[in-house]
Amino acid sequence: MTLLEARDVRVEFTSRGRRARAVDGVNLAVGEGEIVALVGESGCGKTTLARTLLGLERPTSGSVRYGGVPLAYSSRALRAHRREVQLVLQDPTGSLNPRHTVYEAVAEGPRIHRLPGEGDLVAEALSRAGLRPPERFFDRHPHELSGGQRQRVVIAGALALEPRVLVADEPVASLDASVRGEILALLLRLRAELGLSALVVTHDLGLAWNIADRVAVMYLGRIVESGPVERILTSPSHPYTRALLSVLPESPSPVVLGGEPPDPTRIPAGCRFHPRCQVLASGAAAEAGVDGLCASGELPVLPSSAGSQVACHHASASARREARTETEAERL
Amino acid sequence: MTLLELRDLAVTYRSAAGDVPAVRGVSLGLEAGEALGVAGESGSGKSTLAMSLLRLLPRGASVSGEILLDGEDVLTMSWGRLRAVRWASASLVFQGAQHALNPVRRIGDQIAEPLRVHGMATGAEARRRVAELLEQVGLPAWRARGYPHELSGGQRQRVMIAMALACSPRLIVADEPTTALDVMIQAQVLSLIRSLIAEHGIGLVMISHDLSVLASTCDRLAVMYAGRVVESGPSREVFAGGRHPYSRALAEAFPTVGDPASRIAPRGLGGDPPDPAHLPAGCSFHPRCPVSLVSCASEPVELRAVGDGTGAPHTAACVHVSEESR
Repeated sequence: MTLLEARDVRVEFTSRGRRARAVDGVNLAVGEGEIVALVGESGCGKTTLARTLLGLERPTSGSVRYGGVPLAYSSRALRAHRREVQLVLQDPTGSLNPRHTVYEAVAEGPRIHRLPGEGDLVAEALSRAGLRPPERFFDRHPHELSGGQRQRVVIAGALALEPRVLVADEPVASLDASVRGEILALLLRLRAELGLSALVVTHDLGLAWNIADRVAVMYLGRIVESGPVERILTSPSHPYTRALLSVLPESPSPVVLGGEPPDPTRIPAGCRFHPRCQVLASGAAAEAGVDGLCASGELPVLPSSAGSQVACHHASASARREARTETEAERL
Repeated sequence: MTLLELRDLAVTYRSAAGDVPAVRGVSLGLEAGEALGVAGESGSGKSTLAMSLLRLLPRGASVSGEILLDGEDVLTMSWGRLRAVRWASASLVFQGAQHALNPVRRIGDQIAEPLRVHGMATGAEARRRVAELLEQVGLPAWRARGYPHELSGGQRQRVMIAMALACSPRLIVADEPTTALDVMIQAQVLSLIRSLIAEHGIGLVMISHDLSVLASTCDRLAVMYAGRVVESGPSREVFAGGRHPYSRALAEAFPTVGDPASRIAPRGLGGDPPDPAHLPAGCSFHPRCPVSLVSCASEPVELRAVGDGTGAPHTAACVHVSEESR
């Protein structure tokens, strides 16, 4: 069942007189007990989308739904929403107040929401986050903790409100390599024990492979490919997903795309990826007769369904051709 | 002659709270045209090692051992000689290019600075060289007139590399040159670094916590833990068949996408990197080690040769290595 959903969400900003379409039509659903990875380069709009799902950003159009109900933007509704959907920030050193003890950091949420039994909630959250026995950590300050322990305190702070969904923005990017696996394992354990769902925002495809059920690849404000992790990361259809996978250190033949991540104030016509697309540049798109479409044909916004789907003229043309060959083969 | 040779290098930070040993006896060598990756996490001493190569450590650090650059000891050379060596013989690419560039000076002037200081070029000649350097790192020459804020993170890192190349050094030390960059930009910068080494025969020491990035860029790897090298050898061998349990844990931390063994199975090490001020006795890694023996808690383990000694040198400081070869 779908728990948290973005429905045709657009978020626009105005910067120096120019309109930036940070999120430009996105459908994305996170099911109950599901871990979804949202991947893309910086500037693709993934953090804006995550903030919108948390109610921190109000969509220009479209809606955010929790349990099927559109999010209202009154302060009462937002407060209720944030009990259910909690944020885990990237840099635990920056997101903890250095002068607060661990207890105060974790108790902040329950105090704001005036929950009874604060002490028990804090102890429970800390031990859920792997800081045991919790009492030993109550009076510590962030500087007395290691990076991994700090990230666990941040996660405990989110857990103290007993949310249903965690939105984690690069949860391990600032952690040491050897600690990374433990924090990812913690997210998996929370899902197993509490049935917690998670949306993990990251640029790290290895992380998606490690913990996510489904992956959505975002490029310049749109999701360009999404589906089950095994399917998308082992046989990607979109040229952008393929390029991202090809530049992983282990890959035999990297496709290094030229240029910098593109500019959301100047979204290209047609397929938004076409100026950097290696399939178009290689002439394969022209061979399939879709090069004109790539440069000018609008692509539909992908639905939020769980199956694999791709927004690419060339991939759709190849899929159609394959389907045709199959039916012909059947007829024969 | 070996381009760079470290002999028993040790760095200790003196502080009011006591001495903190950051690097504890490291010996490494690097030939021209070769890339050496130094891997480790916070507190392993890898950044201290990088800074010590050009004597850039703070005052409170005491350094012993030898750092031979073309046979000349960096640690004992005069200030005048050291100034001549910095940038001209060996240069440094820092992590976080956004903070290393001066925001109110034009990019071209910043790249030209080492040229001017070393009297290698001035005026029109310097401008020509700057244009050439920018082109080498894949930026248009007109960027020389721009300011750092007009560039993206990846472009700024390219400017840092152009600066490091300005005086045609023989050695480049790169401390986490691609951390904080996107995967695609990281791939661009890494392939740039690889091609520069190949074309100019520069020696590279690259420092990172990401073993997979180092393995794909460098010929050899040295894995550091608690101020010591715990394993060193050819990149492929150390990355894919590490003999020290810490090297294996680092390699597993970044999974290979498509590998069924790591699907829904993140792997890490229990515990935290050690505090250099309070190192465990014996093998410093033993409290986190999945295969430690009783003796590991009391007896330190030195680097031991791996294999039959016919291939490229490969050493690991683990008690299990000697058991096998016996």
